[in-house]
Amino acid sequence: MSDMPMLERADTPSPAASEEAWRRVQLARHPQRPRTLDLVAVIFDGFFELHGDRAFGDDPAVVGGPATLDGVPVMVIGHQKGTDTESNILRNFGSPHPEGFRKAQRIMRLADKLGMPIVTFLDTAGAFPGPAAEERGQAEAIASSIKLMTGLQVPIVVVVLGEGGSGGALALGVGDIVLALENAVYSVISPEGCASILWRSRDEARTAAAAMRMTANDQVDLGVVDAIVVEPGDGAHTNHAQTGRALKAAIISAMRRLSGRETTELLATRYARLRSMGAYLETGAGSPRRPAVPSLRRRIGRILHLPGVPRRPRWSEIWPSNDLDDESERGA
Amino acid sequence: MPIKFPFSRRGAPTDAWTKCPTCDAQVFNKQLERNQRLCPSCGHHFRMSVGERIDLLLDRGSFEERDAGLEAVDRLGFHDDRPYTDRLEASQIKTGLRDAVVSGTGAIDGQRVAIAIFDFRFMGGSMGSVVGEKLARCFETALAERIPAIVVSASGGARMQEGTLALMQLAKTTAPLVRLDAAGVPFIAVLTDPTTGGVLASFASLGDVIVAEPKALIGFAGARVASDTVGEEMPEGFQSAEFLLAHGFVDVVVPRPELRSSLSRLLRLLPVAAIDDGHQLRHERAWGPIGALTGLAERLGGAVSETIGIDVEAPADGNGKSASTTATTEREDAR
Repeated sequence: MSDMPMLERADTPSPAASEEAWRRVQLARHPQRPRTLDLVAVIFDGFFELHGDRAFGDDPAVVGGPATLDGVPVMVIGHQKGTDTESNILRNFGSPHPEGFRKAQRIMRLADKLGMPIVTFLDTAGAFPGPAAEERGQAEAIASSIKLMTGLQVPIVVVVLGEGGSGGALALGVGDIVLALENAVYSVISPEGCASILWRSRDEARTAAAAMRMTANDQVDLGVVDAIVVEPGDGAHTNHAQTGRALKAAIISAMRRLSGRETTELLATRYARLRSMGAYLETGAGSPRRPAVPSLRRRIGRILHLPGVPRRPRWSEIWPSNDLDDESERGA
Repeated sequence: MPIKFPFSRRGAPTDAWTKCPTCDAQVFNKQLERNQRLCPSCGHHFRMSVGERIDLLLDRGSFEERDAGLEAVDRLGFHDDRPYTDRLEASQIKTGLRDAVVSGTGAIDGQRVAIAIFDFRFMGGSMGSVVGEKLARCFETALAERIPAIVVSASGGARMQEGTLALMQLAKTTAPLVRLDAAGVPFIAVLTDPTTGGVLASFASLGDVIVAEPKALIGFAGARVASDTVGEEMPEGFQSAEFLLAHGFVDVVVPRPELRSSLSRLLRLLPVAAIDDGHQLRHERAWGPIGALTGLAERLGGAVSETIGIDVEAPADGNGKSASTTATTEREDAR
């Protein structure tokens, strides 16, 4: 590893960087930001909303159904936040329960059956974490959505509208081309959640937002988002119609790029796109095994070939449980 | 990133006793090691290191590690109270592992499997790019060699220090499962304490068979996140292996002493599908082209190739099927 260039040592984000990241988070969460249905009305014609997951219920935090895009039938699916307190309560602030993801799956299967391209809109703080959601298999619903989308035989264009919040966003977010509005954010965990775990204080959310590099520009840099759609004026909330028109042009252009591909190629390219996500080094070396210190009996036994002493160490000697359980490191 | 090891462990004092969180008994660590890390008085399942898991599950001498050279990089330049690279290094020194998963091939009662095992001690078993890549490769090994895949999970979820790159590992580890389905290769998920967050919301929930260890914490959102967001206390036993069993998300809860024999039985009962004509068809159908897309290209207008410089293959006949697509016919027949 000595041939590796020395990277500049990472530092906590500067106050300026934190403020800039936080400004984007605020814009992404802006109460007047256009929601999925606002934009669907501008971009598509004849949207016909379908309801229910055919198993448990209908989740208003996810909307979906057929519509036409420039005369071409497509399937539209997205998270739906509310615009005021009342509608936000109805929509559960855009945080789906498992039945929301299962409704999306059901609609995606219909698109697959009929060979209709899919456009999805991401705008959620995350999947709802309550006990009822756990009971009905929130994790399974997200996992099976992701799996379904990786294998759908129709083109999928994903648009990150506002908040791309973790697994709840990715459950509708596996696609061939991923677009993002300029002030959208995408993250593995909410900045508040990240701050409370790693900084042990929710007040550090700004710092966490910058550290996670969650802005649309950062996501292009990381290869998670393919292209950015510029917002009008001071942000999408200032002009819904213009935002919709810009998105429409971008979605049509993305669909055109995908429409010439045969299914085999489409799926192979989607697979390759997902497979390429991430950053790692690959060295020729093996695992840096901890030099185990075997017992005296084993050490002597190995030299003298005593019966009952294995010639090779067991794996548990190489990688033993040498520590008490450490709760300090957590994931999302 | 140089990996430093202490010259000897003898200098470092280790605790000889561990308190059982279930029955409060003081358990001698040596005794735990000899007893599959089960509490001798109440049977509490302590977490296991990856080495102990290999010895527990696989035939002696059968394990061959793969992709051991994969190592994390700090793509985001992440720094909370200390840099991500420092955390990685500390975990590497503590565990002797390069990252939170060890993968390879092995055998259970002579039945070869592709296997990946999490070690919770490495940054909480969190899934970053290396973990995701190892798992994807493990599934691809299963696919290429037509052997069952087993993943033993113990993870807090996605690794926050890698941002959305960690989130994308949910999709990276899930995508190969579609191919395993098409190829008729089984995947068994073994959920151990704890399996939460992004790991549960991806491959771990998608096992053809899902086996869990008793009392393991298994859930989507951490209990603290949940009560913060929802503002209510979580019910007792919520997010346990038994809770998931009762709600139909786990096939069976198996105590550790029977885990190996249960997996062995499952492998015998769920063989990799034979490659016969029927299966070949399913495979081709799953990956065959579809006429409708070529139709879409037409409908979106002939301007396509000029606009973006991609050649659109001209349909061979009036139905929008291209010339070389026998599988299209099969797909349509199958409907």
